[in-house]
Amino acid sequence: MADEGTFRVKSGLAEMLKGGVIMDVTTPEQAEIAERSGAVAVMALERVPADIRAAGGVARMADPAVVREIQKAVSIPVMAKARIGHFVEAQILEALGVDYIDESEVLTPADEQYHIDKRAFKVPFVCGARNLGEALRRIAEGAAMIRTKGEAGTGNVVEAVRHMRTIQADIRRVLATPDDELPTLAKEMGAPLEQVREVKRLGRLPVVNFSAGGIATPADAALMMQLGADGIFVGSGIFKSKDPEARARAIVRATTHFNDPEVLAEVSAGIGEAMPGIEIGAIPAASRLQERGW
Amino acid sequence: MAGSAPLVGILALQGAVREHAAVLQDLGARVRGVKRPSDLEGLWGIVLPGGESTAIGLLMTEYGLREPLRSGYLPTFGTCAGMILMARRIEGGEPPWLGILDVAVARNAYGRQRESFEADLEVGGIGQVRGVFIRAPYVTEVGHGVEVLARDHGGHAVVVRQGPHLATAFHPELAGEHRLHAAFLAGLDGPAQAPVGAVAG
Repeated sequence: MADEGTFRVKSGLAEMLKGGVIMDVTTPEQAEIAERSGAVAVMALERVPADIRAAGGVARMADPAVVREIQKAVSIPVMAKARIGHFVEAQILEALGVDYIDESEVLTPADEQYHIDKRAFKVPFVCGARNLGEALRRIAEGAAMIRTKGEAGTGNVVEAVRHMRTIQADIRRVLATPDDELPTLAKEMGAPLEQVREVKRLGRLPVVNFSAGGIATPADAALMMQLGADGIFVGSGIFKSKDPEARARAIVRATTHFNDPEVLAEVSAGIGEAMPGIEIGAIPAASRLQERGW
Repeated sequence: MAGSAPLVGILALQGAVREHAAVLQDLGARVRGVKRPSDLEGLWGIVLPGGESTAIGLLMTEYGLREPLRSGYLPTFGTCAGMILMARRIEGGEPPWLGILDVAVARNAYGRQRESFEADLEVGGIGQVRGVFIRAPYVTEVGHGVEVLARDHGGHAVVVRQGPHLATAFHPELAGEHRLHAAFLAGLDGPAQAPVGAVAG
């Protein structure tokens, strides 16, 4: 009678997170700060992306002990990251009862050919994408939520903007394409035809699309919302800033009132220094996280 | 205003706003997203959507919506997080947000997302409804004057009505279910009169 893990139940949780901010946290204390600042969920990690980038080496799933402590600390959903293609890390995260698994390019990929078969899990997955084809490939694999990749750990919003604009432009292209030309467009985008048809029918992605990767200020968050994001992931932007709680609160409020410049001016004032940013051109191509996944 | 389409607000601070808007518009209602107290003016009723109740509650308080809504002057339909916001008591000691519905609720009552589910339910006066329960609450205690319209398979109340207020633990708006919204609309009879001083400019 009761059906668990249906696609509606998986994508439905993402629908409930819309208009909200999901924050990377590494300790129970940070998780509590996120919750009382109005975050709709937290991403439990051992290191935020800026530190992963600085440390180099292989980045893996967080220690289950860290995930458990964070689950105990808050009542909002707790997400955690698995490496691309590492379905055993995902099985472990499902056993821990995390509410969403991020199959994430921020960690070092475990498989350079196949992403996780996300339909095999009851826990829903969110995946990164830079364009519509990539988003639809992930959805075909069972992802119930998409986030644009941006360039994590940089505090530089330029890639998040590029990816959001690209997805929106790709969707407009699908909408303008006659039905009989959709198969060729699908082939060109590397997306399953069925998913492309669904985009045309709905006029949007079939699942929620958040923005991620480089959001560091309330204005960045509102920019992404005005560009059509359904919500915001903030990684290093909060806990790498001078006053994380003030910044967390400000980014939440900016995401809610993204269309109200007066509120944006008010919440942006006096919240301390943002995290230091990195020029994308200064990152060697091989170190760009967005190139991971396909 | 009699005879014109009902004007229904949807609390739009965070959560599944779009889905409720689609159902209400299908039923012929006019819809307005509510982010500030001035958005309440002229509403016949308001929907509190699913989302994260803590986040919505904090923002509702900060932007001056909690006070007018807790007077209960506006017929309110809450789904999931909306039900939690409406409850008089929340299990576990968390202070209530609006307290306009005389029930106690348990948050995440069925468990984590892994335990989220859908199931068919029998709703009084409506019939069989597909309930989509996502990290859902259920009602643990019902006060006088609260009518239980549906229970889950464990016997917990999941649809309740008290006067003009209606609440569901699940998400009819995710299942293309229109009858609960229709029942709410049927109880609206014109712009609600705010108590003096409740709605700031």
